Amino acid sequence: MMGPLIPQEVIGEGWNFFIAFAVGIGFGFVLEQAGFSSSRKLAGVFYGYDAVVLKVFFTAAVTGMLGLLYFSLFGWIDLSMVWVNPTYLWSAIIGGIIMGAGFIIGGFCPGTSVCAAAIGKIDAMVFVVGIAVGIFGFGELYPMIKSLYLAEYLGQVKLSTIFGISQGVLAFFVIIAALLMFWIAEIAEKKFPREEY
Amino acid sequence: MKTKYMNPYLAGVLLGLVLLSAFYFSGRGLGASGAVKSIVVTAVETVASDHASNSEYYSKYTGEGKNPLNSWLVYEMLGVIVGGFLSGAFAGRLKLKVEHSPKITSNKRLMLAGIGGILFGFGSQLGRGCTSGSALTGMAVLSLAGFVTMMAIFGTAFALAFFFRKNWI
Repeated sequence: MMGPLIPQEVIGEGWNFFIAFAVGIGFGFVLEQAGFSSSRKLAGVFYGYDAVVLKVFFTAAVTGMLGLLYFSLFGWIDLSMVWVNPTYLWSAIIGGIIMGAGFIIGGFCPGTSVCAAAIGKIDAMVFVVGIAVGIFGFGELYPMIKSLYLAEYLGQVKLSTIFGISQGVLAFFVIIAALLMFWIAEIAEKKFPREEY
Repeated sequence: MKTKYMNPYLAGVLLGLVLLSAFYFSGRGLGASGAVKSIVVTAVETVASDHASNSEYYSKYTGEGKNPLNSWLVYEMLGVIVGGFLSGAFAGRLKLKVEHSPKITSNKRLMLAGIGGILFGFGSQLGRGCTSGSALTGMAVLSLAGFVTMMAIFGTAFALAFFFRKNWI
């Protein structure tokens, strides 16, 4: 059956949340198995002693990217119905910078903090409460931030379009970049003393 | 070195397959901060419904017949809690504790976690998604925003790592 199934109403509304729950179980299980429930392990990538974040993140992005391209090639998914995150350039950059600061200070990102809270990490529970406070702050300040939030809208544009190359060629370069980073990560892990958290 | 965790490349492939299944079913990838947003919007609506309906931001998610908690991401994150708990249970990692470097106190770690969370929550709204929804999912669909946000998150964290090193190493 050609996906995506829910937007085409192939499966009933009632299954929607059941599938979301099942996907979430897989998401949480893999994050925890990979060690993403430990902030000291996550932060390791920024000091070279543990590059698990980089390895898991880029392997997952490449797997998802290649999977989508192959699914599309085989006629298993209609790529035109797959949501492409819209690009508002300034908010993407500044939002990312603020999130990066939150990452190195707090040691988690939202998904990993929920996963870590689930196994009893109290620091992760505090982080989750912090996320809610931050979102509330954004909601309250929205009128002031709105112009920045909507600035420099480039549409639901793909990087391959910007470079004027096919999606497959871009995917190839992303894989090369990922392999280079894995190579550097392996060297860094040998160089910096590593502890197990 | 022997590790108690899964091989990271294997975990990455499995996470990629979870992401792919999310695309196949919902047409959208994974997300995390969106679920917390649903909870915040619901809380604001419950405590101050006029304020919510007058706000340009909250009113996008509330109003007649709309329940922000009835969203794909809320159910997905409930799944994350269950999945993370099961993995921790199988691996013998269920334990209430504050994890921190021996160089800092528990209280300092909790304070930093709170500040980090606030920044991440705020940034995720500005950036239209966090590491999962914007960076990971965005990259998989080759979205320009996905690559830009990913580089901004990791680039900033690397750039600031030196200043916060005492909290970690």
